[in-house]
Amino acid sequence: MTKKLVTQAIMQCNEQGNKAFVPYIMAGDGGLQTLKKNILFLQEAGATAIEVGIPFSDPVADGDVIQQAGERALAEGVTLRKIMKELASFKEEVKIPLVIMTYLNPVLSYGLQSIAADCEASGVYGLIIPDLPLEESGLLKDALKDTEVALIQLVSLTSPTERIEAIAKAAEGFIYAVTVNGITGVRSSFTEELEGHLERLKAASSVPVLAGFGISTPEHVRTLGGLADGVIVGSAIVTALHEGDYEKVQTLINASKNQLTNS
Amino acid sequence: MTTETKGRYGKFGGQFVPETIMTALQELETAYEEAQLDPAFSKELDYYLKEFVGRETPLFFAERLTKHAGGAKIYLKREDLNHTGAHKINNSLGQALLALRMGKKKVVAETGAGQHGVATATACALLGLECVVFMGKEDIRRQELNVFRMELLGTKVVSVDKGSGTLKDAVNEALRYWVSNVEDTHYILGSALGPHPFPQIVRDFQRVIGDETRRQIVEHEGRLPNAVVACIGGGSNAIGMFHPFVDDQDVKLYGVEAAGSGISTGKHAAAIAGKQEGVLHGAYMYVLQDDDGFIQEAHSISAGLDYPAVGPEHCHLADIQRVQYDSVTDQQALEAVQLLSRVEGIIPALESAHAVYYAVQLAKEMKEDQLVVICLSGRGDKDMQTVRDALGGQSI
Repeated sequence: MTKKLVTQAIMQCNEQGNKAFVPYIMAGDGGLQTLKKNILFLQEAGATAIEVGIPFSDPVADGDVIQQAGERALAEGVTLRKIMKELASFKEEVKIPLVIMTYLNPVLSYGLQSIAADCEASGVYGLIIPDLPLEESGLLKDALKDTEVALIQLVSLTSPTERIEAIAKAAEGFIYAVTVNGITGVRSSFTEELEGHLERLKAASSVPVLAGFGISTPEHVRTLGGLADGVIVGSAIVTALHEGDYEKVQTLINASKNQLTNS
Repeated sequence: MTTETKGRYGKFGGQFVPETIMTALQELETAYEEAQLDPAFSKELDYYLKEFVGRETPLFFAERLTKHAGGAKIYLKREDLNHTGAHKINNSLGQALLALRMGKKKVVAETGAGQHGVATATACALLGLECVVFMGKEDIRRQELNVFRMELLGTKVVSVDKGSGTLKDAVNEALRYWVSNVEDTHYILGSALGPHPFPQIVRDFQRVIGDETRRQIVEHEGRLPNAVVACIGGGSNAIGMFHPFVDDQDVKLYGVEAAGSGISTGKHAAAIAGKQEGVLHGAYMYVLQDDDGFIQEAHSISAGLDYPAVGPEHCHLADIQRVQYDSVTDQQALEAVQLLSRVEGIIPALESAHAVYYAVQLAKEMKEDQLVVICLSGRGDKDMQTVRDALGGQSI
């Protein structure tokens, strides 16, 4: 299997002179019925792919905004099983790849073989599991080996060079470059080391590199998009969707367009 | 570099953590390996354990408790006599020295009952480290005085009102804080839990309990005990006590989980009894969870056992049936608090009382020439309000 669907979506976007824009949404925030509406809106608004977050009882890598969205979704009784089923119900209308972001334990309960078997039927072509570092990824990689589903790894600012290279070598889909030392959430600034970090990462990687964590303004999208192949925007999108501010979402996505790579 | 999975106990353990802390874990592993090889490190730790903590702790023959049970001879390993009132200081001090060695000036910790928080605040005051402790809102209510103790020791206590507001949520917040401050901060995890190398480090620093016990029982009785009993929340006092005996097949080991209101009520903290495997806080363990993999709240009258999983090495020892794990209810633990107070003049922590209750039942079934050791992991001062409320009033 090529596991290229997510990669291709990003590369096509880059070839057209745009940076990839991957919004993160919390599935079930506002009820499970909002999932279809939000995904179709984001597709229409120009998202390259969509990261679909699964609520969890103990989200250790998330900041307040996504934790609260997760708690709202949990209160609606939303689970990974229900989300997979709902996604499958409108799969035909979704033309861009979906990527699921979930902590490991719900996946273990779902069953590694079962999730591998069900992803494609739900339009899911990537999995991001923040508490599954490279060392522990073997089991799930095995389960996914005959599918088109990429297991997407995160790289952090604190990763030493050898580790970045090991992760880049094993990368599928894209590399999720964590742009801050910390958890998800809005930030006003990024460190100066970031530029060099993203350059090294791009040089080491055969798949695109997307920057994520803390990106919340059109200016962030332009700056960080310029250093990477695209951006992932989480908390700012979650907040805007929760408040029904679709215009803000559109403005953020627009900031990723017409960014000719001049590097 | 190696990207093999590390820190496995059978199928349990591992390193299921965000990428941001993988580097910190590797740094900790290296620093710990170097410290283990450095005689100056163990010399310094031994010095503080003796002169500051007051080790070694006695192994006390509980004559009247033995008579009460009417079976095997019962010994108490008096971890309650440690400075700060529980075994927790053994680990806090060891890890605080490790933090200094790594050049980290700040420490973060979680606490349930407050014992680990107080121990860590104490070690940080002693060694001049800055300390912040995350504690669940519910636990702050239950253990008000421990919050004040930590503050008096110069530690910042942060209330966690997310989730159930107990230990697991405090660990989540401590992990989030660590991820964001990893460059100058060491995380002193309080139990034999979490990602590798924490379960190993905590076990090694608590192993002093079992090492002393082994030597002391031979001094008293000229032989090893027939049974050793310890309570299990995350399992740090138990793993420290058990570890030196694991290869002695004739020494039976018993871990006592908190059955809360009773296993059948669903309101308990007995993760091994539940037999559900999963990942929480960086390790593959037995975990209390629902069918969708959401972690469930644990329930116990003792805040220190109120955690929905059990450390990975215990899970493995359960799996290979080297240790027998059983559980004791809130009510039974309360009985044991009263019993030990009256017959021995020792008020045990509610956590330790679980082990006391179980050991008394066990001793009854054993012969008079047999020996049972109880790890009396902590003293009951912190629980006086809880016990008084549970017993229904002002006087008994």
